[in-house]
Amino acid sequence: MNLSNLSVGLSTYLLVGAMLFSIGLYGVFAKRNIIAILMSIELMLNAVNINFVAFNRFVWNQKSGTNYILTGHVAALFVIVVAAAEVAVGLALVITIYRNRQSTNVDEFNWLKW
Amino acid sequence: MGTVVFFIFAIMAIAAAWGVVTSKNIVHSALYLVLCFSGVAVLYVLMNADFLAAVQLLIYTGAVAIMIVFAVMLTLRGDISVSNTENRHWGWGALVAALVFIIMALVILANPDWRILATPWTSGGSAEDLSLLLLTRFMIPFEAAAVLLTVALVGAVVLAKGVKESK
Repeated sequence: MNLSNLSVGLSTYLLVGAMLFSIGLYGVFAKRNIIAILMSIELMLNAVNINFVAFNRFVWNQKSGTNYILTGHVAALFVIVVAAAEVAVGLALVITIYRNRQSTNVDEFNWLKW
Repeated sequence: MGTVVFFIFAIMAIAAAWGVVTSKNIVHSALYLVLCFSGVAVLYVLMNADFLAAVQLLIYTGAVAIMIVFAVMLTLRGDISVSNTENRHWGWGALVAALVFIIMALVILANPDWRILATPWTSGGSAEDLSLLLLTRFMIPFEAAAVLLTVALVGAVVLAKGVKESK
């Protein structure tokens, strides 16, 4: 079997994205440290970006106008912007909570529970 | 050639993501995160998204990873080798994540519309092409993103600095 003849299609990229998304989902559910949960959210956003770029790469034809051809790239760019803003505010919140409670364990963040 | 590169870096990215969620030491998790982002950047290059690959390297592996490492440094206490443990519901999390993956994989593999190969790419993806789009068709979202970044920056500074208790 010649490995270089194996073709990488759209579904392969989508499977990579799905796998990254599921790993991030597991991290959000299972981790105790709030910074690890933020990292898992970043993984999920990366998986979504892979899907945007993959669809943009594979589902296109030369007849569509130049205004529409790179829409997936622009969407991925906006996702990156929102992810950067999210991680900045999220980490600031983590530091504030840590200053008040001396902890980053989400199991202890139950003071809104009644 | 491209196929071999794709599989090497896709497997590297997924293995690094697995390392992020399974590592017990949160600093190791952050380093695995850098590896995963770099692998995804290579996938962008393979999909002819050159500018996005550069942005991914600059923003994710540069800025976001460094910020996470700084937050780890500012909030760490106790033994670092158990700084990133699972909670007691991790089994349910694994089950749900596995089910979500199985459903998504079934949908992806069963859809004949998505079984397509790459056709030759001629429409760019460089900074010039993207900036042309951002400043014409997507100008309003672009400005909104700029406002969002400014607000997030100010909010992060205010939150991290803390408010002075005043009478």
